[in-house]
Amino acid sequence: MTQQILTSSGAGEVSHKGALPFKRLKQQRVMPGFGLTLGLTVLYLSLIVLIPLSALFLKTFTLSLDEFWAAVASPRVIASYRLTFGAAFLAASFNLFTGLLLAWVLVRYEFPGKKIVDALVDLPFALPTAVAGIALTALLAPNGWLGGTLEKWGIQIAFTPAGVVVALIFIGIPFVVRTVQPVLEDAEKELEEAATCLGASPFQTFSKVILPTITPALLTGFAMAFARAIGEYGSVIFIAGNMPMVSEITSLIIIGKLEQYDFAGATAVAVVMLVGSFILLMIINLLQAWQRRRAGMKS
Amino acid sequence: MSQQLIVAHAKPSGTEAKFVRRLLITLALLFVFLFLVLPLAAVFTEALRKGLGAYFASMEDPDSWAAVRLTLFITAIVVPMNLAFGVCAAWAVAKHDFKGKSFLITLIDLPFSVSPVVAGLVYVLVFGANGWFGGWLLAHDIKIIFAVPGMIIATVFVTLPFIARELIPLMQSQGTDEEQAAIVLGASGWQVFTKVTLPNIKWGLIYGVILCNARSMGEFGAVAVVSGHIRGQTNTMPLQVEILYNEYQSVAAFAIASLLALLALLTLVIKTFVEWRQHKAEQQLAQGVS
Repeated sequence: MTQQILTSSGAGEVSHKGALPFKRLKQQRVMPGFGLTLGLTVLYLSLIVLIPLSALFLKTFTLSLDEFWAAVASPRVIASYRLTFGAAFLAASFNLFTGLLLAWVLVRYEFPGKKIVDALVDLPFALPTAVAGIALTALLAPNGWLGGTLEKWGIQIAFTPAGVVVALIFIGIPFVVRTVQPVLEDAEKELEEAATCLGASPFQTFSKVILPTITPALLTGFAMAFARAIGEYGSVIFIAGNMPMVSEITSLIIIGKLEQYDFAGATAVAVVMLVGSFILLMIINLLQAWQRRRAGMKS
Repeated sequence: MSQQLIVAHAKPSGTEAKFVRRLLITLALLFVFLFLVLPLAAVFTEALRKGLGAYFASMEDPDSWAAVRLTLFITAIVVPMNLAFGVCAAWAVAKHDFKGKSFLITLIDLPFSVSPVVAGLVYVLVFGANGWFGGWLLAHDIKIIFAVPGMIIATVFVTLPFIARELIPLMQSQGTDEEQAAIVLGASGWQVFTKVTLPNIKWGLIYGVILCNARSMGEFGAVAVVSGHIRGQTNTMPLQVEILYNEYQSVAAFAIASLLALLALLTLVIKTFVEWRQHKAEQQLAQGVS
């Protein structure tokens, strides 16, 4: 913006000299309302997010180490971690490929109904998870449209761990598409054309020129879909069948403990989940920094 | 070689064979049909399975109406709260430089990475009968958990980042030149915001509001933990869907679900429109400068 206004006002050298006093002006903080808005922001965040979240960790400290361990490492809870993290990983991996496919098709090709497909990709963000859950269950239950056909082949998806994966695929669809799409749009076509002119096959062009450009965005989308899938509850509980040790997710374990007034146990499991999410959040931030560096290098 | 060059120029949208292109488009459309179109269609066909009469009759249930009213009530409180927060946070973060800025942005994003069920649990620990303020609240006969106030706070938590996240990058990219010009010309802080900043961020603001609105109407996990599941009193639309579904009242469950699905479709339409307007505004700006 600064650049645009300065260059439009005159020649390049003038704008270069003009930039210095302008910068000094900025440092003196002429923009009003800083104290008020920052104060309100910090207050709101503290009341809604920070203080309540610290309650979670403080509650855990009321447990002895043995009690904590018993709560977070009982066989039933371990089985739920395996299902939650395993299904989330499978679903995010599936979304990695279909997300790349969708982003590629939406950016590079023209076909009828493209605008509608582009808008529909965001459906999992807009559709309440409980609605998604009962809709997928209706489709995949043995008496449903798809479930009936699949049952003839001996495949059952609803009320099994496979159902959990399907629900998590649904809610993770937009992430990879929406992170890869803008990067593909900005990718320089000249590089691909140069590669083709130099005799690269379409596959070589893709793997050596396009893939390195979009890898950070792909991984960011994957990590976001993975993080979202770990915490997902609404769409999963309808289709999972919720059998202990088999198809019970960790969020449901927390709710189960709460219903038995085992607050400390519920909190301990929640802390494990939360720490897992924080580690993922850190990885996402690092990936995004990598992506920005990539973009910066290019320009 | 020269032939390839010509081909590359004639078809700038790619160099792969036509059948690869067709195959990729077909695969993508198949995936969209199976995973997005079919579930959406299932909601409406299940709701209308027993005809229009049964569909509308199932909506006349007073408990379902109470759920619709409560959902609208909660959203009417949550969205303005997070709107005010989003604008404040974006103004502080995007228009000023200070230490710990990236840490503050991470904090704003935090609710996105907390599982909704954990978010609900956190408020049970603070306001519940055995929680920090439980005794005090009980003594003063104030009910937050298993009542509407708790559901409002939990929804605020879950939808907190939406508007701020939309506004921060937008306001950062716009810089502070226009605002500084207005201040030099003698405008007050409030005038600068309403006359200069607000028109610039209008579309981003609408975008954030509709996303926040959709999520707060559809939130399930966080609200399920802090709601007492009392029919007609603390059931929102998604919770009513769950109860009806578990009672095998399939048509009634899908009838309410179809209302939520219509809301989702409306959200997508508004979102597409806003994106189109934003795109147009950017193009006009680019043309105006050059």
